Amino acid sequence: MNMNYFPDEVVEHVFDFITSHKDRNSVSLVCKSWYKIERYSRQRVFIGNCYSITPQRLIARFPGLKSLTLKGKPHFADFNLVPHDWGGFVYPWIKALAKSRIGLEELRLKRMVVSDDSLELLSKSFPNFKSLVLVSCEGFTTDGVAAIAANCRFLRELDLQENEVEDHRGHWLSCFPESCTSLVSLNFACLKGEINLASLERLVARSPNLKSLRLNRVVPLDTLQKLLMRAPQLVDLGIGSYVDDPSSEVFSKLKAVIQLCNSIRSLSGFLEVAPCCMSAIYPICENLTFLNLSYAPGLQGNDLTKLVQHCRKLQRLWILDCIGDKGLGVVASTCKELQELRVFPSDPFDAENAAVTEEGLVLISAGCPKLNSLLYFCHQMTNAALITVAKNCTNFIRFRLCILDPVKADPVTNQPLDEGFGAIVRSNKSLKRLSLSGLLTDQVFLYIGMYAKKLEMLSIAFAGDSNKGMLYVLNGCKKLRKLEIRDCPFGDVALLQDMGKYETMRSLWMSSCEVTLGACKTLAKKMPSLNVEIINESEKLESEQLELSFDDRLLVDKMYLYRTLVGDRKDAPEYVWLL
Amino acid sequence: MVFEKDLNLDATELRLGLPGSSEESLRISNKRALPDMNDDSGVAAAKKCDQETAPPTKAQVVGWPPIRSYRKNSLQTKKIEAETSGMYVKVSMDGAPYLRKIDLKVYKGYPELFKALEDMFKFKVGKYSEREGYNGSEFVPTYEDKDGDWMLVGDVPWEMFINACKRLRIVRGSEARGLGCVV
Repeated sequence: MNMNYFPDEVVEHVFDFITSHKDRNSVSLVCKSWYKIERYSRQRVFIGNCYSITPQRLIARFPGLKSLTLKGKPHFADFNLVPHDWGGFVYPWIKALAKSRIGLEELRLKRMVVSDDSLELLSKSFPNFKSLVLVSCEGFTTDGVAAIAANCRFLRELDLQENEVEDHRGHWLSCFPESCTSLVSLNFACLKGEINLASLERLVARSPNLKSLRLNRVVPLDTLQKLLMRAPQLVDLGIGSYVDDPSSEVFSKLKAVIQLCNSIRSLSGFLEVAPCCMSAIYPICENLTFLNLSYAPGLQGNDLTKLVQHCRKLQRLWILDCIGDKGLGVVASTCKELQELRVFPSDPFDAENAAVTEEGLVLISAGCPKLNSLLYFCHQMTNAALITVAKNCTNFIRFRLCILDPVKADPVTNQPLDEGFGAIVRSNKSLKRLSLSGLLTDQVFLYIGMYAKKLEMLSIAFAGDSNKGMLYVLNGCKKLRKLEIRDCPFGDVALLQDMGKYETMRSLWMSSCEVTLGACKTLAKKMPSLNVEIINESEKLESEQLELSFDDRLLVDKMYLYRTLVGDRKDAPEYVWLL
Repeated sequence: MVFEKDLNLDATELRLGLPGSSEESLRISNKRALPDMNDDSGVAAAKKCDQETAPPTKAQVVGWPPIRSYRKNSLQTKKIEAETSGMYVKVSMDGAPYLRKIDLKVYKGYPELFKALEDMFKFKVGKYSEREGYNGSEFVPTYEDKDGDWMLVGDVPWEMFINACKRLRIVRGSEARGLGCVV
């Protein structure tokens, strides 16, 4: 029977089962009727670039909106390549939503500028507001956090991940009213300042649904012990300070209470740690599926290895490279369920102590057949190793390799790493995200264009020889959505070859390449559906240079272009030129 | 717009294009630095020869390695803290007119600590044994732990000790009988 014979309510009910954003977007394109039904029933919206649409248009289309996810700055902003006031302000969004009749319940932001005023307005405008998740945001202080705590009566989730927050020595925690008993998730690990420990204990005591708790480094071990007594039902725990005398009474109490916490599946933190205390953790290691020790430099390789040996069910591991190749070998033989591994550098600028090399990665690839996501910082990599990894692992969805010396060749053969990465893309047909490093020529891009048919995001630095490199990628990667390039010899010819391609992508970033101002202007003129931004931060932009700066032959330092439905943004600072 | 060839480009940090190329290109850039190159491959050398500045140290490449600033700052803070913060505890000695303070972090183990205490207070620690405590000395090193109890120095591993020790007291042997030492 044809779906056209069903009343709208039935079709809407069918759509309830369609939850992914991509699928709902597709559904809305089928016909006018489906567009209408879908838009009224849509509750969750994901906007990957906050400048691709305006809040007003969003509100007009989805009156039933309950959950909004917004991303602001380009990814390379994480690495200080984008000035702080470039953009990505959330205030206009909150203001527009507050004015409307949208019953917002959840707001998830990434790389956006969030002011205390925004948080205060948010906290006062939506009576049913339940969930705030801020990742890599900035611009707010603990005063803004206090407003959320004080005013959101039904708050379930307050999750602050890796934000730069100015700490006004929090009374923020004490702002949760006694009537607030709905907390399910509280993560304040990124806050640096003191908190009222007694308030924290009381808050946890009156939150029976609390499943996730991540503490900051000022929360000492004896408070941890008291909190766990109150919340043995925790599923996700982030430990702040883990320092004590193992012979003390407090520590014995901690050991006892940890035995009761048999629901913990995810463990992180250890921002301050005394390695001799780690043995108390072993009982919960058996059931862990996620372990994040990437912020625990107090743990040495041996400590890490000893801990990991107990984690047989681990699916995701984030760790520092002091675990060493041998330690990774232990991971490989213990963690057979491992799907995601991230190895971060404990000392990014110390090239002398090679903590992990290609050997560690090869061991992991051999021992962990389910591996599908990798972020690996190392001092060197060889083609042979990558080829072996490609043979062992064919399920990669994300593969990010960062060799700390950006143009380092294969140390054994002195060759570029083209063949190694080529093998990776050839054997991992589901690859969606790839980051390259090391010495690379145009050849690697030929391979990527040929084999990486599902690739959606590609990050390139200090690679390639000519425009051909970039062209291989643009022509071959049909699913490409985000391309970010720095310090590569790609220029106007590559940029302008297929301008329509950028309409099929979210964004393109090119910095320190060979693109001229004239080419950017041409692109902007021919493609009105794209915003082409030039970032010129040079302090020395004196008048003499300003004249020269309008010369079309000028090489631009940073260009960011993205597709948009709403034209130029109005909030760009003066050093950002909107072409 | 007139385009001068004789501009003092070095002074204004504008650079010409590849040496030997006929096209001139200008760039306004904000101290973009080169990665250090330690490979001999000709490919890399040719690729980078348009840069006239000398390759700086790795630490100066902006945005490399690609680690989130939050993470980078976190680890650097901890590194600096670890290197500069001390673990200062008061040391008192029976009969001494005033107390001293020492940084436990600078010692690698009990022998170094005892040497420092001996130098500071002009006494000898004596020989330690698990069964009998300190033998052969009028003075015995003790410490107050986090529970407030007075313990004999030397029973637990060094690391455990420095985490537990709140203050030190060097007691006269005659008072130290309860701590298992034979006078």
